[in-house]
Amino acid sequence: MDIHEYQAKEILAEYGVKIAEGGLAHTAEEAVQRSREIDGNVWVVKAQIHSGARGKAGGIKVCRTHEEIEVAAESLLGQRLVTHQSGPAGKLCSKLYIEAGTDIARELYLAFMIDRSHERVIMVGSAQGGMDIEALAATDPDAIKKIFIEPAVGLQDFQARKMAFALGLGEELLNHAVKTIKSCYRALRDLDANILEINPLVVTRSNELIALDAKMSFDENAMFRRHRISELRDNTQIDAREVAAGEAGLSYVGLDGDIGCMINGAGLAMATMDMIKLAGGEPANFLDVGGGASAERTEKAFRLVLADKGVKAMLVNIFAGINRCDWIAEGVVQAVRNIGMNVPLVVRLSGTNVEEGRRIIAESGLPIITAETLADAAEKVVQARNQVVAG
Amino acid sequence: MAILINEQTRIIVQGFTGRIGTFHAQEMIEYGSNVVGGVTPGKGGQTHLGLPVFNTVKEAVEQVGAEASIVFVPPAFAADSIMEAADAGIKYCVSITDGIPTQDMMTVKSFLRRFSLENRMMLTGPNCSGTISPGRAMLGIMPGHIYMPGTVGVVGRSGTLGYEAADQMRRLNIGISTSVGIGGDPIIGSSHRDVLEKLEQDPETKVALMIGEIGGPMEVEAGIFAKENMSKPLVAYIAGLTAPAGRRMGHAGAIISSAGESAAEKVARLKELGVTICPTPSLMGQTVAEVLAKL
Repeated sequence: MDIHEYQAKEILAEYGVKIAEGGLAHTAEEAVQRSREIDGNVWVVKAQIHSGARGKAGGIKVCRTHEEIEVAAESLLGQRLVTHQSGPAGKLCSKLYIEAGTDIARELYLAFMIDRSHERVIMVGSAQGGMDIEALAATDPDAIKKIFIEPAVGLQDFQARKMAFALGLGEELLNHAVKTIKSCYRALRDLDANILEINPLVVTRSNELIALDAKMSFDENAMFRRHRISELRDNTQIDAREVAAGEAGLSYVGLDGDIGCMINGAGLAMATMDMIKLAGGEPANFLDVGGGASAERTEKAFRLVLADKGVKAMLVNIFAGINRCDWIAEGVVQAVRNIGMNVPLVVRLSGTNVEEGRRIIAESGLPIITAETLADAAEKVVQARNQVVAG
Repeated sequence: MAILINEQTRIIVQGFTGRIGTFHAQEMIEYGSNVVGGVTPGKGGQTHLGLPVFNTVKEAVEQVGAEASIVFVPPAFAADSIMEAADAGIKYCVSITDGIPTQDMMTVKSFLRRFSLENRMMLTGPNCSGTISPGRAMLGIMPGHIYMPGTVGVVGRSGTLGYEAADQMRRLNIGISTSVGIGGDPIIGSSHRDVLEKLEQDPETKVALMIGEIGGPMEVEAGIFAKENMSKPLVAYIAGLTAPAGRRMGHAGAIISSAGESAAEKVARLKELGVTICPTPSLMGQTVAEVLAKL
């Protein structure tokens, strides 16, 4: 689960990381008001969207007058910003963060994340911040310092010092750097974050260390014990269909094709989508109904798939373990009757109570195409789709 | 012989008296697994499904000789249950629980590393379908009847895709020695490689089938292990050829996080390592059959 820059900064400030003075605005008027509350004569208007690379997409504007702030705010609010991380639909900007301009001497990079193959938190830093860290990693891997942290003992001072020196923060900034680094680690660990990234972390001309941007992403599985964090969820930043799916206990990702899918299990779902592609079709979505799919959940899944008006045929592929084919079949029949489907439907059932499930489909009298195997199912759905397209 | 479990393995169920634990304990017993009891803290001394309930895993180990456990405990408490099993001397633990926080799994793995290799519990999962040695024992939630006993060892991240493979093989009259679901979470107990190591040592297993996914270096590491250390042929299928880059596809683990981790790149790398690739997911059974025929 992602949060906004201003929320991440609020959290980091509580943990003792220094940030520039700033405030949140929902309107251009509020934006001007915030800037009047902040000392100085340079301000930065920053679009609050769940995406990196905002600068290149015009989401960050440096302003020198209150009039400029008004113009900048009006140009950003209500817009969908497309960055190279946001996907083609972009992200809606409905909040701005107005920050005091910072006199930057040096830009650094600092991040913490859970490295799943090492099963540890990894701390990553570079004295060359501000630019695309992935490009730097590819061209000059030595410019990036990586330090693994033992979960049982946590981040030690010597490790924080090692990173501080790698960032070129010796001498008078050393203690402040160690404190900043340890604060970040504590925030990540205390709050079940997966990623905490400060890019850039800057040294100002007055020799202060400031987090100029902050990105945090949290473990969905830990939200049951992180109530404060889970309240920061912003559904305007997520595809509406994915939000609806999440509320129904389904896992949905919209794609570009026209064959709707409902499958149980992420692996089988990916394999089925591969089969559709190999049969000459393109999946319209990924949808994992999970285990124990009730008739009600099946109907919700159907509604979600068919809400995509581009869908020209639909495939249900269920291999029942915890699920039972008869429950799924009842759900399918109920969904088709209640929704009044107008695209062809192919159903392939296998596993627990398969005979009972097939009987329910056959006796329903509905025009459902049944398939025996995975290959059969993919071919039939692509055929059905092609017939629809051919009219 | 089979690996990890057989008809004699003394199994306990953690989270025994709950709805899910009860249902799957019954299924496992019906299949023929040697379930000897269960653990539900606070319910020790009771009898459930005609078997003893213990307060702690330690008691189950001491009183009924528990060797393997299966965890159905809810996500908030599952990591604790796994560590309790390791501490009590359980040899093999399957964690079915879906939704365990990643940092909890980091703690579990760090706890397990404290034990010397010979005393370290093997863990598979979490968020997996379990392990089955067909015709002998089932320590999981799979539909047991689709698995036929035989000589192919299977390891995979996904539960249902593993069922699909077992079903394809059964239709071709090919049986399985042991099938292990390792789960799709970011941090898991055992990798593909860990399971291949066991399959290589198993005299009954003739061929290994690995069912992988996009994301992470695990499949390629297993391929390198196979090339360097395995006498048995390895067949693999990698799901997610159509998955768009950078999108989460349900499994938290299935994220394309860096170069070399897309399905196409993994397939290319595995081919170089001499692994036989299933060109489509509907040809898993067929590809295994062809490899078996050449032995």
